[in-house]
Amino acid sequence: MFGDYSIGDLGSIFVMQGFAGLILFSVYVLMALGLAIIFGQMGVINMAHGEFMILGAYVTWLTSSAFQHYLPALFPGYFFLAMVLAFIASGALGMLVEWGLIRHLYKRPLDTLLATWGLSLILQQTYRSVFGAREVGVELPQWMLGSKQITDTIEVPINGIFVMCLTVMITVAVAWIMYKSRWGRQVRAVVQNRIMAGAVGINTEKVDRYTFGLGCGIAGVAGSAFTMIGSTGPTSGQLYIVDTFLVVVFGGAASLIGTIASAFSISQTQSTLEFFMSGSMAKVLTLLAIVGILMLRPQGLFALKVRK
Amino acid sequence: MSDEIKRGLQSPLRRKLLMGAAALPAMALLPRLAFGAGPPTAAVNTTGLAVTDTEVTVGILHSATGTMAISETGSIQAEKLAIEQINAMGGVLSRKIKIIQEDGASDWPTFAEKAKKLLVNDKVASIMGCWTSASRKAVLPVMEQYNGMLYYPTFYEGLEQSKNVIYTGQEATQQILAGIDWITKEKNAKSFYFIGSDYIWPRTSNKIARKHIENFLKLKVVGEEYFPLGHTQFNSVINKLKLTKPDVIFTDVVGGSNVAFYKQLKAAGIDLSKQTLLTISVTEDEIDGIGGENIAGAYACMKYFQSLKNENNEKFVAAFKKMWGDKTVIGDVTQAAYLGPWLWKATVEKAGSFDVDKVAAASPGIEFKGAPEGYVRIHENHHLWSKTRVGKAKLDGQFDMVFETADLIQPDPFPKGYQ
Repeated sequence: MFGDYSIGDLGSIFVMQGFAGLILFSVYVLMALGLAIIFGQMGVINMAHGEFMILGAYVTWLTSSAFQHYLPALFPGYFFLAMVLAFIASGALGMLVEWGLIRHLYKRPLDTLLATWGLSLILQQTYRSVFGAREVGVELPQWMLGSKQITDTIEVPINGIFVMCLTVMITVAVAWIMYKSRWGRQVRAVVQNRIMAGAVGINTEKVDRYTFGLGCGIAGVAGSAFTMIGSTGPTSGQLYIVDTFLVVVFGGAASLIGTIASAFSISQTQSTLEFFMSGSMAKVLTLLAIVGILMLRPQGLFALKVRK
Repeated sequence: MSDEIKRGLQSPLRRKLLMGAAALPAMALLPRLAFGAGPPTAAVNTTGLAVTDTEVTVGILHSATGTMAISETGSIQAEKLAIEQINAMGGVLSRKIKIIQEDGASDWPTFAEKAKKLLVNDKVASIMGCWTSASRKAVLPVMEQYNGMLYYPTFYEGLEQSKNVIYTGQEATQQILAGIDWITKEKNAKSFYFIGSDYIWPRTSNKIARKHIENFLKLKVVGEEYFPLGHTQFNSVINKLKLTKPDVIFTDVVGGSNVAFYKQLKAAGIDLSKQTLLTISVTEDEIDGIGGENIAGAYACMKYFQSLKNENNEKFVAAFKKMWGDKTVIGDVTQAAYLGPWLWKATVEKAGSFDVDKVAAASPGIEFKGAPEGYVRIHENHHLWSKTRVGKAKLDGQFDMVFETADLIQPDPFPKGYQ
């Protein structure tokens, strides 16, 4: 397939293809981080993760419309405020859900699957009733559109670079919160042994609520960022949920490093295969590989060593 | 948001003007008839349909919830508008149309179940409904078993014909071939690259397009790619486009993938004012979600655009916006859905009966001169004769029509040489 092209052409394509892989990697990490916290740390199977993302997307849409009409001068920068608002909105909804629903189910983790699936249906219909069944178009400021020309033949999408930077920042922040801060230690203590954590004076209810809120908030930011590359509609969240679970489960549920490693391997496999064969076949082969590896290593790529 | 407020302020005045404009011709020409003045029920309904002296019941069966609600909402709106207008003109055989609406919920077995309910329990005289081919395929055996009449609005892949269905959208050859011919000539195109979602409609449409391009135009298809429904990452295929540099990108990606594809195409620096792209899956409805700035410059092959300039269409657009709000847009399928109730009315009046067998037999040759797309006629194969049009997407989400076929194109659901 490369016979007819010059070395220069091929070189640029491979560079761009490398970027495409990195962008996909960032997208996967961003998608999965929130779930990695909720599913990985708390053991809650949150099927409504996609809907928390889409809440962030709708908040972004509202912010962009508001800026367009009230503060057109500041429109180029609206996206940063939108992401903050998305974090707050999704986080707040997450805490509400934790309080109203999830906290009653910690002893029955499998039931969280059903409960959050129901929640996702309710949220979808709510979005449909509030925002309409049709997709909404989120208008982006001019500087976020188009691509950056690096050489004559190499160009990289600006929104991809944006997602990459955002992913790095959020990952670093989450890693710091989880592994360096006092609160992160409390979270990990609660995960490992809820009763003992309570006994040494950790307010486990509060920790749970904030952890769930944080996970949902990050989902909101991801949703906000994805308005640049995907659709915003009542059921758009469903587009992400399968890949998200795939990344988290493949990485090993309780491990942040695992999530990153799994996002990296899945995205690279997927994007390389997609280049050499059709999209559907690439997806099939990627999934087959994941199934194969999970059969050999059911605990995922990275797993905490615990005494059984 | 304040856009709505602004429009809200203007709209009472505008609405009044529109209402006046829309109502004038109807009132002058067609004095409101009393329902019940038509032929006796026993004569027009010999098969036990839900027809009384003053009323006839019709079903609407679309997804108002679930994934497909995005697309099907427009069809529901158009069908309700048509029925309201027909009722305002005195109904069908002097009977007021009563609607029973069922929700297919984007789930194909549900569609079949609800179709059965409409036919068996409600005894509706006809059903306006279905959108995806999958839902139609699920409903078809029910329609045939219980002898119902379905008016199906979506452009689709063809390879089907039934006594119990009238297809008001285009089958694949009607939608595609003239458009490809035009773009080939206009852009002096030599090579095509196909990108589609992975299910029956894009695959069949692309097969027909490929045969046409390779066998009849003697040109090249340099790539053909399918992505699972819901796929959101297109950067790899976009790199392939950059490598192969096709003259025309031909797309039939649907749903959320559609939005992702055009956003990423734009972000990757592919400028649609320089790179020719022909799509058969983007109407005004889809642009709402994609955003005009991401797709401006692309060509779409359809039979209807909201911006068509003719008297029928201007009236239709005004009435549609009056009923459903200023912000709604009207895509190809929405218009085709609008035709359903009108064609059914004309057929029933020609047959002088609501009986499904008589309606099916009377369908070929039925014309509708008031169609927003212009004159249409039902063919013996229950599809419509209609024109193929190509539009160029603009920043504001509307299309500029740049080409239309001189004549109506004959529907050919089983095209020879394309299978």
